[in-house]
Amino acid sequence: MFNNEHDDGVDRRGFLRCMAWAGTGAFFMVEGGILKSYSLSALPKLPPGSAASLSFVQISDSHMGFSKAANPDVVGTLQTAVDRINALPTAPEFMLHTGDITHLSKPAEFDTLDQILKSARTKDVFFVPGEHDVLEDDGKYYLERYGRGTKGAGWYSFDKQGVHFIGLVNVLNLKAGGLGTLGPEQIAWLKDDVKRLKHSTPIVVFAHIPLWSVYPDWGWGTEDAAQALALLKPFGSVTVLNGHIHQTMQKIEGNVTFHTAASTAFPQPAPGAASSPGPMQVPADRLRRVLGITDVIYVRGKHALGIIDSPLAEQS
Amino acid sequence: MTSQTMRTTAVIGVLVALCAGIALAAQPKPAAEIKIDNFTFAPAEMKVPAGTTVVWTNRDDIPHTVVSTDKVFKSKVLDSDEKYSFTFTTAGTYPYFCSIHPKMIGKVIVE
Repeated sequence: MFNNEHDDGVDRRGFLRCMAWAGTGAFFMVEGGILKSYSLSALPKLPPGSAASLSFVQISDSHMGFSKAANPDVVGTLQTAVDRINALPTAPEFMLHTGDITHLSKPAEFDTLDQILKSARTKDVFFVPGEHDVLEDDGKYYLERYGRGTKGAGWYSFDKQGVHFIGLVNVLNLKAGGLGTLGPEQIAWLKDDVKRLKHSTPIVVFAHIPLWSVYPDWGWGTEDAAQALALLKPFGSVTVLNGHIHQTMQKIEGNVTFHTAASTAFPQPAPGAASSPGPMQVPADRLRRVLGITDVIYVRGKHALGIIDSPLAEQS
Repeated sequence: MTSQTMRTTAVIGVLVALCAGIALAAQPKPAAEIKIDNFTFAPAEMKVPAGTTVVWTNRDDIPHTVVSTDKVFKSKVLDSDEKYSFTFTTAGTYPYFCSIHPKMIGKVIVE
C-alpha cells in the first residue's frame, strides 16, 4: 500500500509498483486522491462495508480474425476471458467492450465475437468501436450492429446503480499526423449530457484510445481529450477506462483515475520499448499471462471504484 | 512482285510501325516501391518522374491504409502483404498518411 500526496498523479516509484501489481492481478481503491492497492489474495480482508453495489467487467481488443504469430488463436483466448468472467466470485452486472472487436471489420469477425460472448453468464454488453471496427465505411456497419440508441458515430450514456456511464468514440476522422479525436459535435453532446448530473455522481467514461497521453509518438492519446475532461472536472469521482494499447496501465490525476485494460488477443510493447507498437511475440506459455480482463467494483458511499486486472493465466 | 502485293506489304509495314509506336508510348515507367514496415512508410519521402506508378506493400502484422491528405488517392485497407498502387501523372507534392494510424505519414513528390 502506498500513499501519494501529489495532485498531479502517481510518482515514478508508485507507478512502477502499480504496474507490477497490474500484471499479477490487483485491486485498487481511490479515496480522496489517495490510491490504495491490495493484491488479489488480500481481497477477502478488505475493510468491512465493502460489499459492492455494482460490479461490471471490461474486456478489450479481441481482434477477431487476427491469426499472426503473436497469437494464432484469438478465439481461444477470448473464450478463456469469458471463462474467467464466468468464474468471478460476483457475477458482473454487465460487460464493457472497449473496441477492436475485430481485426478487419468483417461481418464474420463480429459474428464470432457475438457468438463467444453468448457463453458469458453476463448478458448485457456495451460497446464502443476501435479503429479496427470502422475500417472501410466510416463505421456504418458497426453502427448498424451495435449503434442502436446511440448518437453521432456511436456515443451514448446510461445509468446503473447511481453511476453514470459515458461511451465515447475517438477512432473516426483521424487527421494526418494526429492522435485519436472526439470532435466538436461529440464534445458538445458530452457537455449537455453531464449538465443535469449532481457533482457527487460517480462517472465512468469508456473509449477505445486512451484519453490521456500515454505515448503520443505511437498515437497513444486523444487530441481533444482535455476539452472532454474539463467538462468532468467538477465531479468528485471520474474513472476513465480505455483499451487500444494492449497492456494495463493506470494513472491518477486529481479526482480522475485513468486505466487501460489488457487485450484478449495479443500484447503490445511498453511505450517506446520497441521500434513500433506492432503485436509483440512472447513465448507461447507466457501469452495468457499478458492477456486479461478487468473487473470494476463500485461500493456505494465509498466514492471510489475498485479496479482489478486479472491475467487469463496466473503466474506459475 | 505485283503492285497488289507491294501495296499489301507497305500497309503491313505501316501497321507494324504504328503498333511499335503505340507500344513505346504506352510502356509504363518502372514502378517505384514503398514498404510499410514497423508502422513506417519507407522511404517516407519519394521523388518520381510524372507517369510513375508507386506501389505500397504492407509488411506489418497490422492492417494499414494509404490515404492522400488532399483526397487525391485512397487505398482500401491493406492486410499483411497486400499492395496498393497509384500512377502519378501530374507534377506536384502528394502528402499521404495511414488513416488507421495517423502518426504514419509520407510524401510523394512528382517532377
